[in-house]
Parts: sequence; structure tokens; C-alpha cells
Amino acid sequence: MAELLHTRELVTGYHQGGRRIVVSGDLPELTIGAGQLICLLGPNGSGKSTLLRTLAGLQPALGGRVEIEGRVGLSSAELAKKISLVLTDRVTGNNLDVYSLVALGRYPWSTWLGGLREADREAIHRAIIAADIGELLGRKVFTLSDGESQKVMLARALSQDTPILMLDEPTAHLDLPSRIRLMRILHRLARELDKGILLSTHELDLALQVADEVWLLEGGGGVARSGADAVRVDLPTGSRSGSAGVPFHKGTPEDLILEGIFEAVFAREDVIFDRSSGVFRIPPEGQMPIRLEGVGVEAFWTRRALQRAGFAIMDGAAGADSTGGGAGVGVVRVFVEAGRPGWLFEAGGESKRFDSIAVLLDGLHRHTHLS
Amino acid sequence: MKVRLRRFRLGGLLLLLGLAFLFDLSSGPIRIPLRDIFHLLFSRGSGDPTWAFIVRSIRLPKAITAVLAGCGLSVSGLQMQTMFRNPLAEPGVLGITAGASFGVAAVMLSGGSMATLYAIRELGSPGSWLIAGAACVGAGLVMLLVLALSSRLRDNVLMLVIGLMMNSITVALTSIWQYFSNPEEVKEYLLWTFGSLGGVTGLQLYILTAIVIVGLAAVFLSSKMLDALLLGENYARSMGLTVKRARVIIVCSTSLLAGGITAFCGPIGFMGIAVPHLARLLFNTSSHRVLMPASCLLGAILLLACDCIAQWPGTQTVLPINIITSLVGAPVVIYLLVRKKNLNIYR
Repeated sequence: MAELLHTRELVTGYHQGGRRIVVSGDLPELTIGAGQLICLLGPNGSGKSTLLRTLAGLQPALGGRVEIEGRVGLSSAELAKKISLVLTDRVTGNNLDVYSLVALGRYPWSTWLGGLREADREAIHRAIIAADIGELLGRKVFTLSDGESQKVMLARALSQDTPILMLDEPTAHLDLPSRIRLMRILHRLARELDKGILLSTHELDLALQVADEVWLLEGGGGVARSGADAVRVDLPTGSRSGSAGVPFHKGTPEDLILEGIFEAVFAREDVIFDRSSGVFRIPPEGQMPIRLEGVGVEAFWTRRALQRAGFAIMDGAAGADSTGGGAGVGVVRVFVEAGRPGWLFEAGGESKRFDSIAVLLDGLHRHTHLS
Repeated sequence: MKVRLRRFRLGGLLLLLGLAFLFDLSSGPIRIPLRDIFHLLFSRGSGDPTWAFIVRSIRLPKAITAVLAGCGLSVSGLQMQTMFRNPLAEPGVLGITAGASFGVAAVMLSGGSMATLYAIRELGSPGSWLIAGAACVGAGLVMLLVLALSSRLRDNVLMLVIGLMMNSITVALTSIWQYFSNPEEVKEYLLWTFGSLGGVTGLQLYILTAIVIVGLAAVFLSSKMLDALLLGENYARSMGLTVKRARVIIVCSTSLLAGGITAFCGPIGFMGIAVPHLARLLFNTSSHRVLMPASCLLGAILLLACDCIAQWPGTQTVLPINIITSLVGAPVVIYLLVRKKNLNIYR
């Protein structure tokens, strides 16, 4: 795997009124390889955008350096042929149509008056195909929906034809199908066109599915950091990369989950990270233990519904419950009969049958309130 | 096909420009028929000697000035609108025009009778040179100040605010001067601010031509940069544009055009703000390689048309050009924008 980008002793931040404000200091060596999709995660304000902008050369590093294909100090014109960007800046005005906007990506390659050669047109065509925006070409940019707009901006970056592609929160403002579609396109671009892709995102579950590597920034960077360190959740030893005290972790997503780093970074009192499913959850209040028996997709959704309704699920295997108190409220058995799911609730020797989760929840509600 | 339509429209505008030019030559207090204009222009020595003098010495320089000013103000307005991503931007936003006015006010209001409006209208008199020179110095000083400040800023929006502040300062300084001057001098200055295409002849016309050609060349070279700036400065930077260098080129060319034209013709409003919008409506594009020539042609045509209207056919009265451009042009733009329902393109 060819190494496209390599940082050494990078410190990101900015100058404000003559003061150096460090956002992320003492970062470990970061590399982006060809064909690699890297997700940059972290809570709001953890310095994701600053890191991305620094790597992309939009803002100078406070310390250390960024090597692009082994070289440092590239001019902005050279850099534009190595890294293309999708930013959060909205592009709406100015009467631009989609094709012209994608064509602007050829800026670093076009003639000094902005004229396009045959090779430029081919690159634009490839970008349009790759980002799947063929049907949007004639539209004006201001008429696009957020999802369409994001794909068009991706096409613009692709027509710039650079080995590295960086995207700053490309999935923000998108609905779930658009988010998944965009992630799929990015995944394919890394695989098929061998691009090195770095994107910052808040979509943990999607990132966990597509990322080859996750870079995880902890919150509380910059001036507030020293104060915030004291209250931070203790991390398992050895999981931090780089020198001690660096609020930065990298690795494959699965390793980070197994090491408990996601929980440590993202968990708050009001949010819990479920290691077994890789999703964040709203913690239920005033939990009542209940036993759930059953398998398959029906059991999965029943579990979700029960958790939402405020039950703590004990696993089906007898004696596996750690909550104590026997069967808790009772036992819910999920079964499938003649292709249709059904539910049995057993408590105190009685047994009731339900045909849908809604009716089951209603029945459970009545049961717990009577007893 | 799209490209062909654009070429067709540009060709049409070029034709229209020729017609407007000839019509401008023929209109005035003394009407000279178009047929005679042809004779006077293309066959030397023929025709009425009075008409020949009127056309060659007065109307031809005035029409050329209208073309130069129309082109220059329109493209610099386009530059400002793209650079600031603001549909209300115009050549004056950097304070250049106000700087030129300040220079003129300084000369007129302190020099008293030395530079009277009469002197400006006298062809080639030292008074008009003094005024043009003062305006150039005023515009140049503001430009240097804006440039010095621009190298310290990362953001073009801040540039806009600084330009507006420079504008207020120079206007305030001019007001102080007006406050302490006697009424005749203030009236002379006021008349200058109405703008005039008729005062530029002889060597002044050559100088104005040179200024506008150099300015236009710089503007055309900045087309590609302006295209990149359509997406905002961050994207422009990511595509390899050095934003600060682009800003210097844009500020210099706009200052040269707006300052030079204001120095010789007085402030001419409206063209810089309206013509770029008309060009966008007519060509339905945002590519500056198309918008630049389109704005040039439209600006020249519009200013020639305004000049024809200013010397209302059949009457002896000549209205100041600055009044006509706003009075005639603004309703045209309102009508086009409303009819095309394209108002939302500037969100």
C-alpha cells in the first residue's frame, strides 16, 4: 500500500491575538495509504475540522509537518493536484449549474484562462459517473437538495483527480438513505480507484461499517484541556497511542471497540455505548428486569422495544441473569408460527398471547402497573 | 449547441453596440442623420464642415468615452460581486470612487475659481487636468490603503467592511470641506458629481483608453481566479488559488478602472451594480470567460443608450449622465429580475 500522507510531530491549532492556541498537540504519526478509508471521529469541538484543515493545507500547522507523497512544503498549486476537499461551506449562489461546478474541479489542471482540454472533459465525465450525478447535470446548484448537493461536491472533488480525498462531515444534514449511499460511494472509491480517503463524521455506526481505520479525537482540546483531563473517564492502559496524555486514538474500529475506547470517549451519563451491537443508546430509567427468550430478527426487535419501554433484558438461558430476583417481571417468549411472529408473556403461572409488539407492550404495561 | 447560442448572443450584442454607437453620434442638440454620419466617418473631407467638426471633435470622443466607461465599470462591478459573493457589490465598495471624489473636492473647494466647472468643459484646459489628476491621486491613495489592509486579512468579507468604512471616511472628509466652502464652489463640486462623458478629449482620451485597456487585460486574466472564488475562499484555496495574490490583482484592476473612469468622467453610478446582473440573466451562466465580454458589451451599449437619452432628441437640454443611468437603468433591471423570477439565484 503506497503511503500518500504522513505526519510527524504534528500540532494543530491557530493563532489568536498573538497567542498560540493548541487544539491537538503531540499527535502520533498519522498516515493515509492508497485505497484506505479513514474515519475521523470525535465529539463536537474535539478538533476534527482543525486537524482535517491542517492536513489539507488550508491552515498552517503550529508544529511538526505534513508530508505528501514524501515531500514537504508543496506550493498551493502542487497541493491542489494531491488533495481535493469536500467542505461544510455551502455553495448555493452565483447561478452555477451542476456541470460547471464539477468542471471547476479541473482548476489546477486547466489552461491559464480556465479552458478545458479533452483530458479535462474525460476526468469530469469519470467524476460524474463515479459520484452518480448524471441526472443532475442540467440543474442549478441552488435547486439541489442537501443529499444531491453533497454528491455534486464530491464529484467536483473527484474531477480534481487527486490521490487523496478529504471530506469534512459529508453526512451532516443528510437523511439516512443518503448517508448510506454516500458512504457506499466513498467505500467503492477507495477500493476501486485506490484513493486515500479521510472523512470526519459523527456517524459512528456507519463509520464502523466502512472504515479501514478510525482516528478518534477526544473532546476538550485547546485551552480547556488541562481542566477537562481530571474528570475524564479512565481509559484502559496501553490503549492510548503516542505519548501519555494525548487525547487521540487510532486503529481498526473493531480493536477500538474491544479495547473499550469508544465507551470511554463518547459515553456520558445520559448516553450508553452498547459494545455488543456497536450503537449508542438512550439509557432507560427505572428499569424493570424481564427475561426474553427467542432467536432471530423477531427477538432482536422485541429486545429493542422492551428496552425502550424501560425493561432490562436478561438473557434467555436459565440462570444467566445477574440482576437477581428470579425471572423479574416475567418471561417473554418470541416464536414464529406459520410465517408470522407471536409473543407469549408468562408471569405468576399465567400465560398470555400477543400478535404484535404494540399489543405486547400494552399488555406488559397493564401487568406491571397492576402488580 | 449551448456554446453556439452564446456566440450568437455575443455577436448580437456586438451588432447592437455598433448601432448604439452610430445612434449616439447622430443624436444631440443638432440632429445629424445616420447616413451623413457614415459619410463623415468614412470619407474624409466630404459633408458639412460644421457637422464634421461636431462629430469628430465632440461626439466621437464622447461616444468612445461612453464605451470605455461602460466596459470598465461593468467588469469591475462583476469582479466585486464575485469577490465579495454579494449581489450588491459594485466598483465603489472599496472606497475608490469616494477617494476620487475626495481628491476632486479638495482641489475644487480649496482652489476656488482656479478649477471651475467651466474649465472642465473647456476642451483640454488645465483645469480639467487638475481635476483628473486630483481624482487619480485620491483614488490611488485609497487603493494603497485598501491593499495594505487586504494583505492582513484572511477573509474577503472583512475586505468589504473595510471598503465600506473607507467610503464613509472619505465621504465625511469631503463633507467637512463642503461645510466650510462657499455655495458656488459647493455647487461646482455637486455638478462634477453628476458625471459627464463630454469632457474627455485629446490626450485625456488616449490616457483613459490606455487605463481601461490595461485594466480590462488584468480583469480578463483574473477570470479563472474569479471562477474559483465562486465556491468561496476555502474551496478556491483547495484548488490551488493563492487568495491573497488574487485579491491584489482584483483590487488593483478594479481601482485602476473605477478610479481612472471616475477621474475623467466623474462618478457614474448604477452601471457597475446592474450590468453584471443583466449579463447573468442574458447568458444564464456564471463562467467569467463568458460574463466578462458580455458585461463589457452590455455596459458599453447601456451607457451609449443612456447618453442618447440624456440629450433628449429634439430638445436643447442635456441631463447629467449619472442621473440617467440610475433613472433608466434601475427599472429595467427590476423588470428583468421580476419577469425572469431569478431573484433567488443570489441566496
